[in-house]
Amino acid sequence: MKITGKKIINLSCLFLFSAFVGISFKTGFIPGQKIGNNFISFSLEMLKILPCAFVLIGIFEVWVKKEKVEKHLGKSSGFMAYIWMVLFAGTTVGGLYVAFPVAYSLHSKGAKLGAVFTYIAASGICRVPMTLFEASFMGIKFSVIRLVVSIPLVILSSMILGHYLEKKDYRLTTVE
Amino acid sequence: MYYVYLFTLAVVLISFCKDRNKTYKALKISWKKFSVILPAFAIMLILVSIILYLIPDSMIVEFLGNNNKTAGTIIASLFGSITLMPGFIAYPLCGILLKKGVSYMVLAAFSTTLMMVGFVTFPIEKTYFGTKVTIMRNCISFLIALIVAVAVGAFYGELL
Repeated sequence: MKITGKKIINLSCLFLFSAFVGISFKTGFIPGQKIGNNFISFSLEMLKILPCAFVLIGIFEVWVKKEKVEKHLGKSSGFMAYIWMVLFAGTTVGGLYVAFPVAYSLHSKGAKLGAVFTYIAASGICRVPMTLFEASFMGIKFSVIRLVVSIPLVILSSMILGHYLEKKDYRLTTVE
Repeated sequence: MYYVYLFTLAVVLISFCKDRNKTYKALKISWKKFSVILPAFAIMLILVSIILYLIPDSMIVEFLGNNNKTAGTIIASLFGSITLMPGFIAYPLCGILLKKGVSYMVLAAFSTTLMMVGFVTFPIEKTYFGTKVTIMRNCISFLIALIVAVAVGAFYGELL
């Protein structure tokens, strides 16, 4: 791995943050302790989900053929691509932070940008377990209205954004 | 949550039985992808922990509860955009707010921006999709959330 300027900035951020939290616990600085506790509980929450997500991404990259993804989700695929993406997003666990790496893998396997953006937005708003949970607190009517209004808007805006970027020959940066 | 582990385990086992080398390769890819994005995740976690300290639940309750609907909706959408909460914290909070008399429109703005717009996830999204696309996607999501909020308000008769 190369050591780049960005990495140094990241590492120094981490170092400063842990120093700040460490000193806060030593000196009894309450805000620093609270921030530290937040950090730990969120890290644990994420560490529960991320390993599964990345293992599944790895398996997906190895087994699923590019032609297959291209056929169903690629540039020549029709409207069904967006429906598939909404349904697939429904099964996503976690939230946006899980959706980004999955979306990136889908795109590198040939899914069109519009489908990828649909997946990201839909994994924010129509994850099935989350929606059921929402309905139990807010009422079914609330969830239904929210889904019925947002899904068409998500698909429409993703189509437009995807077409716009593909017309400009936009390429994703390769994450290495 | 356990189902996710079981599912992952089952998938890995099936893959292993079918082709051992491919599975090793897959796990290698997993690890590489994970380690590449890890710094961005760390930055996100730092941002979340600081923002959640600066904007505690009590502050959200206070701000959303005491405003007129237009201001409430806008404030709610801003809160939702800059914070990040798992659903199992966010919806009980919305439930409390609902009982306190906060309108459905305000809560729709809050929960939808919470799930779709990510200020703290910016470091991660930027790594994969670039700064420009990240900003565009988040702006579009913010607009969609506002439209959803207004639609919810209309259905519950809160607009007039």
